[in-house]
Amino acid sequence: MLSPTEAKRILEAALLSAQEPVPLAELRRLFDGEFGAEALRRLLDELRAEWAGRAVELVQLAGGWRFQTRRELLPFLERLHPEKPPRYSRAVLETLAIIAYRQPVTRGDIEEIRGVSVSSQILQTLEGRGWIEVVGHRETPGRPALYATTTRFLDDLGLRSLQELPPLEEVARTLELETAPAPPAGNQPLETRPAGVGE
Amino acid sequence: MASAAPLARIYGEPLAELPDDLYIPPDALEVMLEAFQGPLDLLLYLIRRQNMNILDIPMAPLTRQYLEYVELMRARNLELAAEYLVMAAILMEIKSRMLLPRPATPEPEEGDPRAELVRRLLEYEKMKLAAHRLDALPQLGRDVFAIAVRVERESAARLPEVRMHDLVEAWRRLLHRARLRAHHTVLREPLSVREHMSHILRRLGTHRVLEFAELFDPARGVAVLVVTFLALLELARERLIEISQSDPRAPIYVRIAHAQSH
Repeated sequence: MLSPTEAKRILEAALLSAQEPVPLAELRRLFDGEFGAEALRRLLDELRAEWAGRAVELVQLAGGWRFQTRRELLPFLERLHPEKPPRYSRAVLETLAIIAYRQPVTRGDIEEIRGVSVSSQILQTLEGRGWIEVVGHRETPGRPALYATTTRFLDDLGLRSLQELPPLEEVARTLELETAPAPPAGNQPLETRPAGVGE
Repeated sequence: MASAAPLARIYGEPLAELPDDLYIPPDALEVMLEAFQGPLDLLLYLIRRQNMNILDIPMAPLTRQYLEYVELMRARNLELAAEYLVMAAILMEIKSRMLLPRPATPEPEEGDPRAELVRRLLEYEKMKLAAHRLDALPQLGRDVFAIAVRVERESAARLPEVRMHDLVEAWRRLLHRARLRAHHTVLREPLSVREHMSHILRRLGTHRVLEFAELFDPARGVAVLVVTFLALLELARERLIEISQSDPRAPIYVRIAHAQSH
């Protein structure tokens, strides 16, 4: 029988040595079923509290738990590595936003919202990063691919689910838009974010 | 041109026309124009810059300004996406529909001709802001870094495990092999041709003459027979023995060679 302290040290070692976020189910395997999911979650919360104030923090993400450096230390770390990682272009970011908030969407949907054609390179960039993937095809002529964001996307942005995406900002109220013609059927993006997509 | 959007603001004052002597680096305008993500982005820029009410867009000035920008891009030989021209057509169509007298009782189908454009502008603007917000989130590999403590796992996992039992087993096998080899060496020594040559010479020294068959001991195995035979041939070649046979079916005799033949 392990003491909570011993169990926490084991969790700590497993998480510190993991390359990717470790899901709770996998962490349970460390203990041969000795701890239930609830007990384990409590231990993880305690562990997170123990690391408070350190350079490294334990965070919970869509894909599990991960230790990572604190963001406020970045300016100092950057002094060691002055070359900054390249930022994504506006086109890539806007495409990503549309997929994240309106998923699943086709390339046509994205082009409709952005008002310009979306190059394959943009989608390849996001696919290559492992942030988006094809989750199906719309049963319309050409069977266009439907894109959605991945768990890795949530993990890499520090999110537990799509619910945690920054809320969409309404810049102008759309009160007077009630006279708007009915939007074209089938292609209308959902106004609400899909619930529970980021399991 | 007076009502056109100011080109810039200097100390808060709108600047409607470029001073004649102002030098604009040739690439500056291109950079600015290319920064637009498309016609919607350009329209939003025009609308927001002038604080136009997006829900009640003044179509005439907006269309004119839009066309001015498009013309500017065209004149500068910028790669002008077809979408810009499509949007120009849409704007002009909306503008003309706005000019039509509106029926006293508007049909339910007949809405504000700007509505679809406004819907698209708002949706695009929402996504544009969302993109900004997404970009502001801490990003793995850019703002935060995953911890991956280098663990022994890498090397430890790849080294095979050795248990006491394996060692004992290995030692036993080694001993067994050694025993085999020991046996082998015992055989190899007598097998050596040189040694058999000496052995034969010693026997001939005491017996003077021996029958060929007497020199062989089949009980010691084929290998010894072969080596003995080789030793005999070698002795004969070195003229240390004489092998003689009186006729094809007679027994073969072996004797020490005479000293004078040396």
